[in-house]
Amino acid sequence: MHLKFPLHPTLKYILGSLLFIMGSPIWASTWNICRDCEHSSIKKTIALAKAHDTLLIQKGIYKEFEILVDKPLVIKGIGYPIVDGEKKGEIFRVQSDNVTLDGLFVINVGISYTKDNAAIRVVQSKDFLIQNMVLEQLFFGIYLEKSSHGKVYHNRIIGEAVDEYNSGNGIQLWYSTDIEVLKNHVQGTRDGIYLEFSDRITITYNTSMDNLRYGLHFMFSNHDVYSNNTFENNGAGVAVMFSKFITMKNNTFRKNWGTAAYGMLLKEINDAEISGNTFEENTIGINIEGSNRIQYHNNDFINNGWAIRVIGACYTNSFKGNNFLYNSFDISYNSKLNDNVFEGNFWSSYTGYDLDRDGIGDVPYRPVKLFSYVVNRTPETIVLLRSLFMDIIDFSERVSPVFTPDNLKDAQPLMKIRR
Amino acid sequence: MLKILKYSFYDLIRSRWSYVYFLFYLALGFVLLFLNNDVSKAVITLMNVIIVLIPLIGTIFGVMYYYNSREFTELLLAQPINRRAIFMGQYFGVAGSLTLSLVLGLGIPFVLYGLLRSNAIFDFTLLLVTGAFLTFIFVGLSFVIAISNENKIKGFGYAVLLWLFLAVVYDGLFLMSLIVFEEYPLDTFSLVATALNPIDLSRILILLKLDISALLGYTGAIFKKFFGTDLGFLVSMAILLLWTILPILGLSLKAKRKDF
Repeated sequence: MHLKFPLHPTLKYILGSLLFIMGSPIWASTWNICRDCEHSSIKKTIALAKAHDTLLIQKGIYKEFEILVDKPLVIKGIGYPIVDGEKKGEIFRVQSDNVTLDGLFVINVGISYTKDNAAIRVVQSKDFLIQNMVLEQLFFGIYLEKSSHGKVYHNRIIGEAVDEYNSGNGIQLWYSTDIEVLKNHVQGTRDGIYLEFSDRITITYNTSMDNLRYGLHFMFSNHDVYSNNTFENNGAGVAVMFSKFITMKNNTFRKNWGTAAYGMLLKEINDAEISGNTFEENTIGINIEGSNRIQYHNNDFINNGWAIRVIGACYTNSFKGNNFLYNSFDISYNSKLNDNVFEGNFWSSYTGYDLDRDGIGDVPYRPVKLFSYVVNRTPETIVLLRSLFMDIIDFSERVSPVFTPDNLKDAQPLMKIRR
Repeated sequence: MLKILKYSFYDLIRSRWSYVYFLFYLALGFVLLFLNNDVSKAVITLMNVIIVLIPLIGTIFGVMYYYNSREFTELLLAQPINRRAIFMGQYFGVAGSLTLSLVLGLGIPFVLYGLLRSNAIFDFTLLLVTGAFLTFIFVGLSFVIAISNENKIKGFGYAVLLWLFLAVVYDGLFLMSLIVFEEYPLDTFSLVATALNPIDLSRILILLKLDISALLGYTGAIFKKFFGTDLGFLVSMAILLLWTILPILGLSLKAKRKDF
C-alpha cells in the first residue's frame, strides 16, 4: 500500500531548518569547565575546543591570565565564576572573529608601566560580543584594538584608580569602527570610555561616574553618536577633541565640580550636534575652544558656574531653544568678535517684558557679563564674585556695552521656560 | 551700664523704625521662600541683601540714634554715672535691637518653612552670625564717627562715605590693583585684602560655605585652604571680632576724652 504523505512547502522549510538547528551540535560541542571536572582550566579547554564551540564556565575561582581566544568561541560563565589574574598581566585576549564573552567576573589585572594590560583585549577581530561582564581591580578594562562590528553590552567596570599615571581606562577603543557600546556602567577608572581614531561608534545608555579624569573622552574620532548617557562626578567631565560629525543627544552631565572640571570640553570639534542634554551643577557647563558649525539646541543648563564658556575661534555656531537657569555666568566670551547666533533661548536672569504677548521678550538679552570678561583676563578677580561693585559695573555694561561684543545678544528671548 | 542698655534697648524696641526693620526682613524672608521654595537657594539670595543692607542700615541707624539722643546723653552725663557705661549702654542697645530684628525677622519665616529639617541650617546660622557681626561693627563705626563730629551733616556724610567705601569703593580699588598687578602672584594679596574689609570677609565666608567655591578656581582653592578649614574659620571669626572690638575701644577712648 502506498502511503501518500503530502508536505506543504512552508512546512518542509520549517522542518528542514529545525533539523539543521538540532543537528548543529554535531559539529559544535559544549565544554563544561569547573574545578573538579575533566576540564578545569580555561586556557587548556580553549586549546582543545574547535571553532564555534561553547565553553560553559561553572562557578568557582580560576587563577589564570593571558588567556588567548584565537578561534570563534562562546565563553559563558554560569553564576559569575571569578577569573583572577593575580595582577600578573592581561587576562583575556581575543584574536578571532565571532567571539562571545558572557557573564564572567574578571579581577586583578596586572599593572604595568610599559604595557597596557587589559581585563579583556580584542585585537583585529570582528563581530564580537562582550556582555554581562563584571570587571574589578583592573588596569584597563575592555580594550578594543583595530576591531569592528562588535557590541559591548551591559558590563560593570569598577576600578579603584587613585593616580593618573598608574591607572587605565574603563572601555578603550583604538582604531575601531562600527561598534555599539550599550548600557555599561563604568566608575573609578582614569577615563571611563576612551575613543581614539574610532569612527561610527554608538554609545548609548551608559553611566560613567567618579572617574579620575574624563567620563568620556574622544580623540580624532568621527561620525560617532552618544546619547542618553549619564556622566557624573568625573574629575574633568567629558572631553570631545579633534573630531568631526559627532552627535550628542539627551545626555546628562552632572556634578563635575572642581577647579578644573567641565561638564563637557569641546576642542577643535566641527559640524557637531548637541541637543536635548542636561548640564547640571558643573563648574563649567560647556567649555568651547576652536569649534565651528555646531548646533546647540534644546539643552538645559541648570545651576552651573559658567553655563557656556567660549575661549576663542568659534564660528557659525547656533544656540537655539536652550534653557539657562540660575547659572552664575550664562555665557563667557574672551573676544570682541562674535559670529555665533543666540536665538529663542530662555534666560532665568532676563528682566525684559513682552507687551504684545507673543511669548518672546521685546528687549534683547545680553548674556555676557562684563565681570566674566574681567575674570577671563585676571582669574584672581573672581574673588569679587557677588559683590555690589561688580553688580553695578555689570549693570552699566548691560545698558551700554563697551567691552562685550555689541551683537552678542539674544534678540528673541523666551518669556517662559521651554518644556 | 546695664540699666542704660536696657533703657536704650526698650526705647528702640518700642520705636517705629525697629518694627519697620523687623517687618522688612520678615517680608523678605517670606517672599524669598515663597518664590524659591528652596531653603539653600534662598540663603544665597539673602546673602546679597545682607552684605549690602546690614552695614548701610547699621551705619545710618547708629549715627541717627546718637544725634537724636544727644540731649538725653548730656542729661545723663550730669549724673554720677561712668561715662563709658553711658556710651557702651547706648551702643549695645542699638546694636542689640538691630540684631534682634534681623534674627527674628529672618528666623521666623525660615523656621516656618522647615529650616530645622533642612541641611542648610549651618549656612543659615553662619549668615545670621555674620549679619550680627556686621551690625555690631557698623553701629560701632558710626558711633565713633558721630562722637567725633559735632556737626550732624558732617557726621552723616562721613558715615555714609564709610559705608560707600567699604561696600563699593574698596572692591573697586581691589579690582584695579588685581588687574594692574596681574603679572605678579596675587594669592596672598587677595587673601589679606579680603580679610581687611569686614564686608568682603563676610561675603567670602558665606560663599565658601555655599558650595560655589569651585567657581573661584585656583584662587578659590587657596581661599578654601585658608577659610575652609577650622583654623581659617576661627581666624576669620577672630578678625570679625577684632573689627567689632576696635570701634568699641575707639568709642570708649573718645568718650573719655570728649569735652561736652
